[in-house]
Amino acid sequence: MTRIPEPDTVTIYERSREGRRAFTPPASDVPEVAVEELLPEGMVRREPPALPEVSEPEIVRHFNGLSKKNFDLDTGFYPLGSCTMKHNPKLHERVAALPGHARLHPLQDPEYAQGALELMWNLQGALSEVAGLPHVSLQPSAGSHGELAGLLLTRAYHEDRGEQRHKVLTPDTAHGTNPATVTMAGYEVVKVGTAEDGGVDLDDLRAQATDDVACLMLTNPNTLGLFDRNIEEIARIVHGVGATLYYDGANLNAIMGRARPGDMGFDIVHFNLHKTFTQPHGGGGPGAGPIAVSDRIEPFLPRPQVVKTADGAFDLDEDRPKSIGKLRGFQGNFGVFVRSYAYIRSLGADGLKEASETAVLNANYLRALLGAPDIAEHLPIAYDRTCMHEFVLSGRGARDNLGIKTLDIAKRLLDHGVHPPTVYFPLLVEEALMIEPTETETKERLDHFAEALRSILREAADDPEIARNAPYTTPVRRLDEAGAAKRPVVRQGAGANPGDPARAGGDGGAPTT
Amino acid sequence: MSRYTAATEQDRREMLAAIGAGSVDDLFAEIPEAVRLDRPLDLPPGMSEQEVNDHLAELAGRNRHADSEVSFLGAGMYDHYVPALVDSIISRSEFLTPYTPYQPEISQGGLQVMFEFQTAVSELTGLPVANASVYEGPSAVAAAGYMAKLETRKRRIVVSRGVHPHSREALATHAAGYAMEVHEVPLNADGATDLEALAAAVDDDTAAVVLQQPNFLGTVEDLGPLVEAGKRTGALAVCAADPLPLGILEPPGSFGVDICVGEGQTLGNRLDFGGPSFGFFAAAERFIRRMPGRIAGETRDVDGRRGFVLTLQTREQHIRREKATHNICTAQALNALAGTVYLSWLGKRGIVELATLMLRRTHYAREALGLEPINPGPVVREFAVRVPDLDGLFERARAEGINPGFRLGRAYPEYEDGLLVAITERRTKAQIDRLAAVADRQGVPA
Repeated sequence: MTRIPEPDTVTIYERSREGRRAFTPPASDVPEVAVEELLPEGMVRREPPALPEVSEPEIVRHFNGLSKKNFDLDTGFYPLGSCTMKHNPKLHERVAALPGHARLHPLQDPEYAQGALELMWNLQGALSEVAGLPHVSLQPSAGSHGELAGLLLTRAYHEDRGEQRHKVLTPDTAHGTNPATVTMAGYEVVKVGTAEDGGVDLDDLRAQATDDVACLMLTNPNTLGLFDRNIEEIARIVHGVGATLYYDGANLNAIMGRARPGDMGFDIVHFNLHKTFTQPHGGGGPGAGPIAVSDRIEPFLPRPQVVKTADGAFDLDEDRPKSIGKLRGFQGNFGVFVRSYAYIRSLGADGLKEASETAVLNANYLRALLGAPDIAEHLPIAYDRTCMHEFVLSGRGARDNLGIKTLDIAKRLLDHGVHPPTVYFPLLVEEALMIEPTETETKERLDHFAEALRSILREAADDPEIARNAPYTTPVRRLDEAGAAKRPVVRQGAGANPGDPARAGGDGGAPTT
Repeated sequence: MSRYTAATEQDRREMLAAIGAGSVDDLFAEIPEAVRLDRPLDLPPGMSEQEVNDHLAELAGRNRHADSEVSFLGAGMYDHYVPALVDSIISRSEFLTPYTPYQPEISQGGLQVMFEFQTAVSELTGLPVANASVYEGPSAVAAAGYMAKLETRKRRIVVSRGVHPHSREALATHAAGYAMEVHEVPLNADGATDLEALAAAVDDDTAAVVLQQPNFLGTVEDLGPLVEAGKRTGALAVCAADPLPLGILEPPGSFGVDICVGEGQTLGNRLDFGGPSFGFFAAAERFIRRMPGRIAGETRDVDGRRGFVLTLQTREQHIRREKATHNICTAQALNALAGTVYLSWLGKRGIVELATLMLRRTHYAREALGLEPINPGPVVREFAVRVPDLDGLFERARAEGINPGFRLGRAYPEYEDGLLVAITERRTKAQIDRLAAVADRQGVPA
């Protein structure tokens, strides 16, 4: 029997046919005045935007079909280092969708939004306790937005004291966004080296810490998964020159209830709610990046702040004369707050601590499994110390001994049904694989992952071409990324009418390049 | 053991043995004693799923929301109907729970959605390249200002007071970091951007002129002359736009706007007390390597099959980190997916029909209210009127389950007695007439 294949890849625009529709407008109950009578001549759109013309069943099939081409956390193991892919409780989707949350307008008068403001107030309190710092702003929209907020606060703080500082120190283990944030906040990036044990190189830090330094941005544990044992000395050096100490909270999952950035001397902390306090990552957003700060930074926090008034009611305080202003519209990603708050209330004090402990236990167990000689000879551990919630391997052995790169290992892992670790980050480890199992994975999943890596290495010893040509079982095989960047095609039918299948590549989904 | 972890006592013993550690405490020995927390966190104990559910429901129940009143409140976020298929599609775990598509071979669904989203944004704005979304509207305006600085190396941004107050403030907050000065241009007596004031404000050191379409009062701005005056000395023209009226309004790209950004909440996203939603960012072709955020591009696999990848990533923080053009390393992918599904649902004809209905109802409502308009010219989606007794109007309307709109004085001291009324397809003629009846009792004791 001959099977007529469906085209590989059809975009919604290629499904479009003149006259098909999914939308029915509500009844027109007001006078049907012509658009031209209500709008000035030059402002009336001449051609309608070429959105697709498709029926509802076809839309459903189209997007459901696309969903099947995605790997997701609810389906399989996702040990993506630094990204913290932990289970997202289903309850959270339900409570976030309650009309009192989902259908609440951000400019509703505070007296009619008391439930939402109380939730935000409670969340601020919990984040403050976890961070060990007294004040919280929920406003930033993502971790990198929190970083920017932190540096703008630093600038406002120094300027308020009449000081102009123009440098920000970032260790070479810093998260990728830190240097870009520094530039955006109008500062100069100054790198600080890493010592042999994976911590900040104290001699280098002392040499770089001058009185024109505004801030040191640090994460602890760092992106190597290592806790910096010299943190107290680091704080002394940084504060000694009058700079602020900024905590990149992307790795906070490792220490909840065990240690607090505020107690380590940090002045400003950002949280990645989507990493530490659960949030479905949505294929890259939404998240939220609240910040916690010490007393001396508090006057500069963004507007508005949730406050509790004398009579016990909650309000939004816009009257903050020293505030850096708003980073975005309205109150931040409230829908994200609901989920993180539900998580914190579900776990409570003990549960949060247990989450971190289990994350660290899982990471060290997996690290021990991968330390077996037959794996470690090809994938040595970059820094052989007890790790926190993640650790980094180097693929240099596999490259030198077997002739396969870290990228090949990652692609072959796809055929084993697991998501590869973060690869080629942090930059200071050659052929890096950064692995973070998180607390929600079972021992059996970790065992399976170790076996999958072992089998890839064994197989490569016989025939490295297998890994070099992987993957084989995915919806598409290795994609030409260089070609995509060289001649970018970033929309359907560029230069043509997207609604026209003939010009957009036809129903066969032939490449339009 | 919490319900979200799985390590049994037996597991723990075996795992610690494999590690060679005596206890979990040993694993935390790396943390110096002086900075260890020697007490439990001061937080309430954990709760069962049922208890959390009920607690959250109780909190939600204390908010008055768009289903429990008739709301004419807009001012940046709007009560639009979200079709059932949006919820159905965005709640699929394959869209809800993956991370950024760093491994394109197993992320084709999300990457293709980004590509389709970019196409739709290009179509709406009339600009050839768009990214896969940014955080939200006002921060997108700030990002456009930063891009203009990188592009022109000039130091001044001129912004119309018709631009959303939050956008102007976010622009100023960000600009304080990248050392730009922000200068505001007033509205004229008709509630449109004052062309002469704008022309006078633009100088050789101006990096960008920022406008909004329709503006905060709902006025349809005459973009042509404003853009021309704004670009006279080499500044970039930036326009924030509401995407739904773009179904019937000539797109900003047609007037020489270089960057068009906006808030995407109106496209299939919830109100969510202000977020999450998404911002969009579109630009002229020559800016593609300076745009913030993610971009999906079309390519082929080794077998020649069509596929999609994140592209032009050298702009991002992965490589040459200090040279990255923006620190935005995220998109609002799930929200942008909702927007893509919503725009597919509306389709080419639907968006025109919806925008036309909004346009007609906006004009109908302004007339029905019978109050003095602040912006008497063409409006869509929103309009502003003077109300002699604003408090009285609110009181009477609230008593009838109506939220009459936004008190303009909160953001514009010059319109102390102003009411901003928002219209969507959910605000029927009957509801508008009810608000008009309340307004008609001006000065009449309640």
